[in-house]
Amino acid sequence: MSTLAHDHDHAPSGIKRWIFSTNHKDIGTLYLIFALTMFFVGGAMAMIIRAELFQPGLQFVDPQFYNSMVTVHALIMIFGAVMPAGVGLANWMIPLMIGAPDMALPRMNNMSFWILPFGFALLISTLFMEGGGPAGGWTMYPPLVLQTGQAFPFLIFAIHFLGISSIMGAINIIATVFNMRAPGMSLMQMPLFVWTWVITSFLLIASLPVLAGAVTMLLTDKYFGTSFFDAAGGGDPVMFQHIFWFFGHPEVYILALPAFGIISQVIPAFARKPLFGYASMVYATASIAILSFVVWAHHMFTVGMPLKGELFFMYATMLIAVPTGVKVFNWMATMWRGSMTFETPMLFAIAFVILFTIGGFSGLMLGMTPVDFQYHDTYFVVAHFHYVLLTGAIFALMSAAYYWLPKWTGYMYDEKLGKIHFWLSTISANVLFFPQHFLGLAGMPRRIPDYNIQFADFNMVSSIGGFAYGLSQLLFVYIVIKCALGGKKAKDRVWEGAKGLEWYVPSPAPHHTFETPPKLTKEMLEH
Amino acid sequence: MNFSTTLDTITQASGHTSKITKGNKKLKTLFSKLIAAFILFPLTVFAEWGLNMTQGVTQISQRVYDLHMVTLWVVTVIGVVVFGIMFWSIIHHRKSKGVKAAKFSHSTTVEIIWTAIPLAIIIALAVPATKLLIDMEDTSGSQITVKATGYQWKWKYDYLDEDLTIYSVLDSKSTEVSQLKSGLNPMESENYLLDVDEPIVLPTNTKIRILTTAQDVIHAWWVPDLGWKRDAIPGFINDNWAVIDKPGTYRGQCAEICGKGHGYMPIVVKAVPMDEYKMWVAEKKQAAEDMKNTADMVLTMEELMTKGEAVYKAQCLACHQANGQGVPGVFPALAGSAIAIEPANRLGHIHRIIYGKNLMPAFGEQLSDVDIAAVTTYERNAWGNDTGDIVQAKEVSEARDKK
Amino acid sequence: MGDKTKIKKTTIMLFFITLLMFGFGYAMVPLYDVFCQITGLNGKTVNVVTETNEKRIVSDRIVRVQFDSNVNGDLPWRMKAKQVIMNVQPGKFYEATYTVENMYNGDVVGQAIPSVMPGEASLYFKKSECFCFVNQLLAAGETKEMVVRFEVDKDLPEDVDLLTLSYTFFRAKPDNS
Repeated sequence: MSTLAHDHDHAPSGIKRWIFSTNHKDIGTLYLIFALTMFFVGGAMAMIIRAELFQPGLQFVDPQFYNSMVTVHALIMIFGAVMPAGVGLANWMIPLMIGAPDMALPRMNNMSFWILPFGFALLISTLFMEGGGPAGGWTMYPPLVLQTGQAFPFLIFAIHFLGISSIMGAINIIATVFNMRAPGMSLMQMPLFVWTWVITSFLLIASLPVLAGAVTMLLTDKYFGTSFFDAAGGGDPVMFQHIFWFFGHPEVYILALPAFGIISQVIPAFARKPLFGYASMVYATASIAILSFVVWAHHMFTVGMPLKGELFFMYATMLIAVPTGVKVFNWMATMWRGSMTFETPMLFAIAFVILFTIGGFSGLMLGMTPVDFQYHDTYFVVAHFHYVLLTGAIFALMSAAYYWLPKWTGYMYDEKLGKIHFWLSTISANVLFFPQHFLGLAGMPRRIPDYNIQFADFNMVSSIGGFAYGLSQLLFVYIVIKCALGGKKAKDRVWEGAKGLEWYVPSPAPHHTFETPPKLTKEMLEH
Repeated sequence: MNFSTTLDTITQASGHTSKITKGNKKLKTLFSKLIAAFILFPLTVFAEWGLNMTQGVTQISQRVYDLHMVTLWVVTVIGVVVFGIMFWSIIHHRKSKGVKAAKFSHSTTVEIIWTAIPLAIIIALAVPATKLLIDMEDTSGSQITVKATGYQWKWKYDYLDEDLTIYSVLDSKSTEVSQLKSGLNPMESENYLLDVDEPIVLPTNTKIRILTTAQDVIHAWWVPDLGWKRDAIPGFINDNWAVIDKPGTYRGQCAEICGKGHGYMPIVVKAVPMDEYKMWVAEKKQAAEDMKNTADMVLTMEELMTKGEAVYKAQCLACHQANGQGVPGVFPALAGSAIAIEPANRLGHIHRIIYGKNLMPAFGEQLSDVDIAAVTTYERNAWGNDTGDIVQAKEVSEARDKK
Repeated sequence: MGDKTKIKKTTIMLFFITLLMFGFGYAMVPLYDVFCQITGLNGKTVNVVTETNEKRIVSDRIVRVQFDSNVNGDLPWRMKAKQVIMNVQPGKFYEATYTVENMYNGDVVGQAIPSVMPGEASLYFKKSECFCFVNQLLAAGETKEMVVRFEVDKDLPEDVDLLTLSYTFFRAKPDNS
């Protein structure tokens, strides 16, 4: 390699650095900034939703626009915020964690990022088209989605773009991990974050093409006279749901597994104790991933399946609780008899474990077919997946951001503000989503812009929590900017108990790292 | 009871557990209530705060509720134990207390235990769930069959054994109040968005088979008190059943997003004893018979406009809007639209209402001649469409034949 | 660092998996149909039988068959079963008739899609003749009687005492007519 020609700390400057960058750290940063931006765009939509639901009656938006807010909020948060944030972390940290100089396919890395802004520009532009944006829910069930106006082909192509981007990202991650590890690091010695990303990448590669197929079928159904989902031509609209959820359930784990990885890095660091049950963590993650391909129909118990099918999907779904439980217990055991301190990353990690588990509990309840007939498509489900995705995935991402921010910027973030951000987020997220369990149980369907007065009180509470949560996140932006601009210098090993190769490089991590593979010692391989 | 347990979880989640878990139960409940009173300041004092799933009015709904409660308690207990241990650890195993970290990193025994225990719990839950599911799917021995067909956005009910059809549309009061910026207060109507013009009547203590299907997109038929919901899918029928134990009025909603009016197609079931049900059926059949024979009715312009406005509000307003402007790009405007003002389009206008087109449903089956005449008259004279046209029922009746 | 050829190999393999999974998405379409036929999922009855003259075993059970009909949104037709309910003996062939009327002032082609509930019973519902096998053309204002000839298989599970045969008429897709 031509490492000798490089000045190690010199990075190309100006806008070109970002547009043409093939550097994993730059691309990681781009991903993270993009994800944060999308988090606020999707969040603004959530604010519109909560404002409309603040009181019964229709005060602000037309029901059609409300539906498109619900739809686009979901698409943006899933494909624009959580997934790119995860890929951004993977880009930044995986090469550092396995002692590689860069990702295996740097140019593809650049491309996979720059597809995203185009994809989202396409998606968001649909909101301004005649007939409005897609408004049939992010699940895009036909025949409803086929009633979408001009926005329809743009929606489909946007999904294609986002899918292609994610698939390229996933291929890159696998190629990097399989081929670029520092000599002496076996697969079973990799940090758990790397493991979860390898498994997530396989999920991406196996599930996203299926989604691409499904939406392509929608496209040909609408414009080219095919009848995949059209009963009139011998198709079946329910088949779309099967294909969609064959992608959709693994997708849930695509969002959740990297979070598991993050938590498995953070908790040992602040407990100053090795991760409990490393091997069982890896196996649990893999079994969750495999199980995720055989439980899809639990998202659609109410379509009317044969009894045997319902039973199979119920059992398989309930079974997922076992490996998930193993993970939670392992985190607990990691904390047990540790020497814990509670900096912001640890606070977010602990909140993750508790709140994600609450989401897991409601998940178990939802997995039981006969009771799901009551829960399905109510606010109980909304509460469930927001516990898993917001106080789950996003809390883990926050934890990761605080954990690695000093490594990225070279400065310590403001710990006091971080803690305030944590408490505001945790309290408001619970005020926001906990009452939604009650709403769902009391009978409020999801995706409705207006409701009966019996639901008024909890909706108001939930909206107040929503506004508070939204505002609290502005504090996070302030903390990040403040940290990027300066502050207390960060040590190389930012956290006393932190394990892994990333802490052996300087803070901030120089533009090029591990150009010659590190000589691994036993200590460097601990986790 | 459930409220306090859930609030426990809330408080634990926010990290206050240390004090609460140790407190006795009374204190806990009191604390929960205090928090509730504090966070949830009194808004509408008399509105009922639904917290939990309904026990419903069928044996199935009761069993669903019981299984829900069992599971809820199981997860609550697991949660209290697991989070309790975690918080004990968080409180005691701190660096600030001078604790030195232990070195252990695995233990096969405990790992086997905490794999086996959840597995056992899950099996214990799966057994009653399986039994319940088998019973829920058994539609045999049903005495009457009702088919619910979802439309954008209303329900049609066919009593298959009776040759009786009922259309059920959101009540006009809710329609009015629910318009964007209507300025009307929903808090004044108890059944806001949960009331219809024509509730369906079902007999109690009778095994009723309920088929669901749809006309356009997927809907879902859900009355919580019956204990289940089921999708209504165009081209396919689904079946389910209920035996209602108690007479009463039970309300539900469409549960699958079906477009703009998804929140505006409630379901109202009136359960009455069998003989009352039979009387109702006879009455409705007579009314349907009467509806067929409205062709000879002649009304004044004023009567037609009043009647037409009522029909418009119930059937057309959701899409074409109160001001007849529609929704650009989705639902065409009627105000100033060629079909509603040009004399040459008069028959076409009537035909459009009878037969529908694309997204516009056909109303020919649902509305009587006089209703269609009235709404046509209304649309040709409202919002500045002042054509002065008067359409009488006879013209509609002839239009039906003039295909 | 990192062996270039090995990276290339991994990448190609992964792209291949991606394509394979895209194909799998499409393969789910025929797989789904097979799955439906085995389990009775979605109640589509695809059981076509030919009537033969050989003596058939007829069970003395009586089950009820209920006839239902729907007309999808954009088809200006009216459809009604001539008989609401029929008592049938499994193993014997019966005929049921629907009256279908075109209320439009032009020719319209429709396609009927059957659905049988309960789903498990759809496996035992067999047809030898049906108007749903082909597209149906109705001229302006035409009324037609449409016939389905069917048997309920003698192996119908004991707990099924009522079957609903429901047809939904859709406007036929142009390329199918």
